[in-house]
Amino acid sequence: MELNQLTAHELLEKLRAQQTTPEAILDSLYARIQKIDPKVKAYVRGQADRTPTEDRHACFLLGLPITIKDNICTEGLPTECCSKILQGFRPPYDATVINKLKKSGGVIFPLKANMDEFAFGSSTENSYFGPTRNPWNLDYVPGGSSGGSAAAVASDEAIWALGSDTGGSIRQPASFCGVVGLKPTYGRISRFGLIAFASSLDQIGPITKDVQDAAILTGLISGYDPGDSTSVNQDVPDYTKSLTGDIKNLKIGIPKEYFIAGMDTEVKMIIQEAVNKLKNLGALTSPVSLPHTEYAVPVYYIIATAEASSNLARFDGVQYGYRASSDNLIQMYKLTRAQGFGQEAKRRIILGTFVLSHGYYDAYYLRALKVRTLIKQDFDKVFGDFDCIVAPTSPTSAFKIGERAQDPLSMYLSDIYTISVNLAGIPAISIPCGFTKKGLPVGLQIMAKPFNEALLFRVAHTFEQNTDWHKLKPSL
Amino acid sequence: MSIDKETIKHVAHLARIELQPNELEKLFGELHEILGFIDKLSILNVEQVKPTSHILPISNVLREDAPHVSLGSDKALENAPSKKGNFFSVPKIIE
Repeated sequence: MELNQLTAHELLEKLRAQQTTPEAILDSLYARIQKIDPKVKAYVRGQADRTPTEDRHACFLLGLPITIKDNICTEGLPTECCSKILQGFRPPYDATVINKLKKSGGVIFPLKANMDEFAFGSSTENSYFGPTRNPWNLDYVPGGSSGGSAAAVASDEAIWALGSDTGGSIRQPASFCGVVGLKPTYGRISRFGLIAFASSLDQIGPITKDVQDAAILTGLISGYDPGDSTSVNQDVPDYTKSLTGDIKNLKIGIPKEYFIAGMDTEVKMIIQEAVNKLKNLGALTSPVSLPHTEYAVPVYYIIATAEASSNLARFDGVQYGYRASSDNLIQMYKLTRAQGFGQEAKRRIILGTFVLSHGYYDAYYLRALKVRTLIKQDFDKVFGDFDCIVAPTSPTSAFKIGERAQDPLSMYLSDIYTISVNLAGIPAISIPCGFTKKGLPVGLQIMAKPFNEALLFRVAHTFEQNTDWHKLKPSL
Repeated sequence: MSIDKETIKHVAHLARIELQPNELEKLFGELHEILGFIDKLSILNVEQVKPTSHILPISNVLREDAPHVSLGSDKALENAPSKKGNFFSVPKIIE
């Protein structure tokens, strides 16, 4: 196997044993990218200068490179959220997660991963730079919005990567690309330097080739940060210690609302087989109910767009990025935003402004916040009796490029199983659990109580070590 | 509840987005459909339910009132599309 095909923990072993060097790992990544990225398009803006691996050799990560989504600030490296409106933006500071990775001896890979503009989307088709393709079949989407990160990891163009998840943007692309993706508990990881989409929902998280890598990466980036007042001051356990392989007598709930009509029958069968596997490994499964599940998507498209409309007000052509020319200030704002934002961004800003506006606030925004309470209470109730919840990550495998691009609502519905987790603030992981007859990956989603990432890793790792899905590679 | 074209125009102005006539037409159809879907929420009785604007039980987070180093104006202005001296430069506001 080439170096770029290995997991981070395999490479760390080699680095520790001095069987390889960070330079050799970077060489293998660049060779792979040069060969296949013209097809996959996981990275944006083409060639960049190679990052020197300098004095990082003494720390834990020993100079291992990490791929970063284009909405996480990296000092001096372009960070444009794959939007024209942030054209040319090079942050003057690092996000807290980047800082932590550098301090741990990691090297920030200088090419950034593609995404839907401002993370608005579920297919990476909304990128200003054009779509990323699914490494398992180039006619299909990689999912989104962290589609570049997931496709890069799946195609061995990255060792591991960071994405962000507001309504499923890590888990759904991980599911579509056959890799591991974690949405951590809200507050587990600092959002300082993550360009905000919906501040009460956003979390940064890992996209990796296996569960052990996800556990390592989560541990490195978690923890309290004075720069983010919503990060929680709670100890970060050594997540790798939770990989015991034992899930005997663990109580797993299977929510009946996640197996509804309209779900792909092949996906349903694959998920049922995965649940049987967990049962054979000693877990106790029983059906549970999350009765407000069907309201999650409408609640999300009110809350997330409302918060986005406010967060994106800062892009006005004054402090950074693109500016349209006009002699009139208001007109300059309006033209800058008209020309700088893509269609989906405009749609969401206008919808979000509408649901917050006078006369509509109570009917839409306030009502959505109340239903959010009901959705959270559904989870609280189930977690009173169960350790975790297992469900599909998405109702289908990857769809074709262009198939849903003209129909926003059908695109929104591909996140139907991931959105509730963000609304409730709980952690959830997606792991590969099978393939459709067309050869497209299917993801299994595991959800747990707040700050119970360790349990997610334990269940996911146990499943993974007793299956071979994570070992399969796309032929490109 | 639904949305008419005048409201979309007004909201777009509030959001400082210049809309082309064809964009307005397209948005009208799309928002109409999305709001129709969202209206599903109106069948729930939420009178007695408290809103959740934030999932964590925290409010009014304060920091120590201690001086710290902030980004210098040089760095803060590095990305400005237009600047004059130590300032961001914009079109004239006062006639």
